[in-house]
Amino acid sequence: MKRFLQVAWLVVRKDLRVESRNKEMLLTTLFFAVSCVLVFSFGFVRGGEAIEGSASGVLWITIAFSGTLALGRAFERERHHDALRGLLMAPVDRPAIYVGKLVGVLLLLALVEALVVVMVAFLFQAPLFRHGWWLLTLLSLGTIGFASVGTLFSAMLLRTRSRAVLLPVLLYPVTIPVLIMGVSGTFALVQPEPDLVLARVWVSLLFFFDIVFVTLALWTFEPVMTE
Amino acid sequence: MSRRLFPWLIGLSLVFFVVAPILIVRAPLEQEMGLIQKIFYFHFSAWMAMYLGICVLGISSALFLFRRKPAVDRLAVSAAEAAILFGLMGLITGPIWAVKSWGVWWNWDARTTIALILELILVAYLLLRSYGGPGSDRLAAGLGMFAMANLPFLYISTNIWRTIHPPTSVVPTLPVDFGIPLWWSFAGFIVLCLALLTARVRLEEQRATLDRLYLALEDE
Amino acid sequence: MHLGDITGVSREETRRWRRVALVLILIAGLGGPAGQTVDAAQPAEQSVPDGFVPMDDVPAEEQLPAAPLLAAAYIVVWVLAIGYLWTIWRRLGSVEKELAEALRRVGETDGA
Repeated sequence: MKRFLQVAWLVVRKDLRVESRNKEMLLTTLFFAVSCVLVFSFGFVRGGEAIEGSASGVLWITIAFSGTLALGRAFERERHHDALRGLLMAPVDRPAIYVGKLVGVLLLLALVEALVVVMVAFLFQAPLFRHGWWLLTLLSLGTIGFASVGTLFSAMLLRTRSRAVLLPVLLYPVTIPVLIMGVSGTFALVQPEPDLVLARVWVSLLFFFDIVFVTLALWTFEPVMTE
Repeated sequence: MSRRLFPWLIGLSLVFFVVAPILIVRAPLEQEMGLIQKIFYFHFSAWMAMYLGICVLGISSALFLFRRKPAVDRLAVSAAEAAILFGLMGLITGPIWAVKSWGVWWNWDARTTIALILELILVAYLLLRSYGGPGSDRLAAGLGMFAMANLPFLYISTNIWRTIHPPTSVVPTLPVDFGIPLWWSFAGFIVLCLALLTARVRLEEQRATLDRLYLALEDE
Repeated sequence: MHLGDITGVSREETRRWRRVALVLILIAGLGGPAGQTVDAAQPAEQSVPDGFVPMDDVPAEEQLPAAPLLAAAYIVVWVLAIGYLWTIWRRLGSVEKELAEALRRVGETDGA
């Protein structure tokens, strides 16, 4: 177990080090997320007032779109110079590589979401910070659910021809339950009278979803990546 | 094996489908919904057949991913197509029923939404198999397992989320007069699903034989 | 290629079975919806709580608008099922033709 975590941490450190040199993925994903929220606000905010309930939807759609962008490039560096084969040939637990990549994606999305939440709260006048801890839990669980599936699919499609198009095609239908739960949970929190009981139901469902799908991803990563 | 099974299965399903309308006509009319409720017998059965297809897909995907037997992969792709077919039946008969009894074609209620999502996942599965290039059978197997994992969420959704869809407890407490045509149609759809699976598996078997033959020809 | 390749049955028998199947399909397909429109007003059984409840008598306006929708639903199910079987049949046909062709070529190269 300790070795597993060590390997995962090694992968995370490697990605962080490479990323810190040119910050390409971070900056482009952040910029994309900002543009996304702005575009949505042009569509849904009329005369200074947002359409009712649009804030929660916009928040999660932006996370989904930015997440897909980030995931599409999660394994990009390993595509060149047969780096992936080198990684897979290392005498380590393959799922540890998956966990390392997943943590990297989660860190990136955490930064994106921090910015997006502030922007949505501001542009859509949504009281997102009223129940900050609930929102944080919701966002964490939802992002883990989305990213766990996405990291696996991204790895799966690495050597596939039409991977740029196939990733969203595969990812969105499977993660729509996550988005529904996230949006409904957020909506329950931002209402004039927040429904915390309902929010707790969504949080529990998301937790259950995460357990199932992270386990499934860990289980299938090895056979799917083997030649 | 599929050659022997198919005539029996298709014959049996024909028997079911010929008798079913008679049973459905003789079933009593429902108090609130009247005549249109009779779609229920085929609508419910189509969804059950879809679930069967998705279960077969999930299990054969798992088996293929971990055991790599080509026969199991053939079963997986056949199950995906059958599930899409029955899902389509459910997605078409559902709104036809809904427009009469609820007044709207589509209302984004939890269960209908997730049923649509499952259909999308299955189409994505077929797209991956068609355009994924070499090795896509394994990738699709991974996706197939995710499709199966989504099933419990579909079932739980009706009971936990607020919805105007009839709750799942309707079927177990169904009075006998409604029950007979229902379970008859259900059996008919299951047998039809199995018949379609055998036919489709046969197609994949022949394709595999053809590929082997072409490879043998190239070697000469 | 004919249905016999799936069923393992001879050509003449296949033709006969095909005719029987067609007649049965027509009876079932037409009999169902038609029968329902005619038998719409039925005496009901004793009522039961929860879920579906049998009813006593049908007000006249209930019958007509529902029947075409009901018929459409059943027709859709039949069309989809038969349509899919037909696509399998067609694809199987072309594969079997190629298979026969390939076998012939193998036979030629073996003989040569």
